[in-house]
Amino acid sequence: MAKIKPRVKVPRKAKAGDTITIKTLISHPMETGLRKDKKTGDLIPRKIINKFNASFEGEEIISVDLDPAISANPYFQFEMKVPGEGTIRFEWTDDDGSVYDIEKKIKAA
Amino acid sequence: MRKPLIAIGGFAAAAIAWAAIAGPGPDDDKLVIDGVEITTETETPEGHPLDTIYSGWRFRSDETQALQVDDFENPALVAVEYAIELWETPAGTSGKSCKDCHGDVDIMKGLRANMPRWNADKGKPESLEHIVNASITAHQGAEPWKWESPEMLAMTAYIGMQSRGMPMTVKTDGPMAEWIEKGKALYYTRVGQLDMACSHCHEDNYGLMIRADHLSQGMINGFPTYRFKWQGLGSLHRRFSGCMKNIRATPYKRGSDEFVALEAYLAWRGGGLDIETPAVRN
Amino acid sequence: MQLTRRQTMALGTAAVAAAALPLPAFAEENGWEKVLAEFTGGADVAEGGVDIGAPEIAENGNTVPVEVAAEGAAAIILVSTGNPRPEVATFKFGKFAAGSSASTRIRLAKTQELIAVAKMADGSFAKGSRTVKVTIGGCGG
Repeated sequence: MAKIKPRVKVPRKAKAGDTITIKTLISHPMETGLRKDKKTGDLIPRKIINKFNASFEGEEIISVDLDPAISANPYFQFEMKVPGEGTIRFEWTDDDGSVYDIEKKIKAA
Repeated sequence: MRKPLIAIGGFAAAAIAWAAIAGPGPDDDKLVIDGVEITTETETPEGHPLDTIYSGWRFRSDETQALQVDDFENPALVAVEYAIELWETPAGTSGKSCKDCHGDVDIMKGLRANMPRWNADKGKPESLEHIVNASITAHQGAEPWKWESPEMLAMTAYIGMQSRGMPMTVKTDGPMAEWIEKGKALYYTRVGQLDMACSHCHEDNYGLMIRADHLSQGMINGFPTYRFKWQGLGSLHRRFSGCMKNIRATPYKRGSDEFVALEAYLAWRGGGLDIETPAVRN
Repeated sequence: MQLTRRQTMALGTAAVAAAALPLPAFAEENGWEKVLAEFTGGADVAEGGVDIGAPEIAENGNTVPVEVAAEGAAAIILVSTGNPRPEVATFKFGKFAAGSSASTRIRLAKTQELIAVAKMADGSFAKGSRTVKVTIGGCGG
């Protein structure tokens, strides 16, 4: 299976009080559990990213419960109020329990 | 399972009926990716079967087009990030990375724009995938990558992207001429249960709707491409294969002489359109 | 590429007609009402204040860009009325969210209504909906 890789776009600098746009994506097939194996006819088991969350210095920005209706390579865009400098942590949780994460620092503009 | 003749007749009749809804033709949108203007339309030289050629981007909905305009919105770019890692990772018995020999990837600028490329030793032209595998096996002592493997797709997208914005051209003289003729013959040959050639859709009916699909001219300047249907990146030869299966024909194999010849012909046929690799399509 | 209304309607009719032919009619509910009832706990749901941004026609049902927005919402649930399963996503907005909106890409099995219900900060609920036409490709789709 292709590597599961997160990718985020966050401005490197922002002033306290700014609203910034954050974009995130993770490569993941989001197997719905409804597809059939062409050769065996068996259902391919569900395997999706079922949760995504972004937090700033431990406090939540957004969290999403994902269902199989989210497209492959799940993409999210949302806005954040920047209180000041700090680290944003992004986490994606797979059905199999794996957690993928990436962090980005925001510096003062 | 054989489909009864009526069903095929029905499909053909339906296709004609939907076509009569007069699809809108290519749109007028301009493609600018992260500030760089990409040529998606160009006049053709004398003797070309089409007067003006258009990139497939011009036939897609606004939402699909929007996904190619920005290198974060473009879902293919996460694969390119994987390729960046691969480029710098030592591999095979050599313990060398691509970077160790090639330096920075921008040395690959122009390579994708001129594919397929004549290989004098083999006595035939090659696709980018052939070239990548030749290098990793001979120079890294690594195992070759499968044509549609995540590694090959990522690497051909990454290398291809170095030619983004450059006009697609292919050598047409010398030994390439024969291969372009072979490709042309394939392009116009009917295949499969539906007994259709590439030209029936992409030359005779581009711009019209086939059911609710907007037919493009079948240009190859965006490959490897992220297709929604595939929910991921796929190679040009995969697209050829899919098209043939749609016509209920047995497809040629990835990397086969037939597909390389077809690729060569299409590189000529789309000459002047800018490379958009990795493009986003339906 | 923009289609005229006439073309859109013709396509919509064509897509519905084409869909009706080979498959039995898929008129059963997928359980979306139950999912929304769980989210609201049976409370009243006001109309309005919840926006769903989505294309009028989705070129490919695999990857449909949508945006949900509801000013003042603490959470928004998005459900599909026409997919095999109704749940799409639930968004919760935290301390540092700016506004209550998010964009994503979703899978739609066929032309259908999308419904978004927002839980406001004061515990009340509101809803919005949008119909998205999902077309059946010809050859490549």
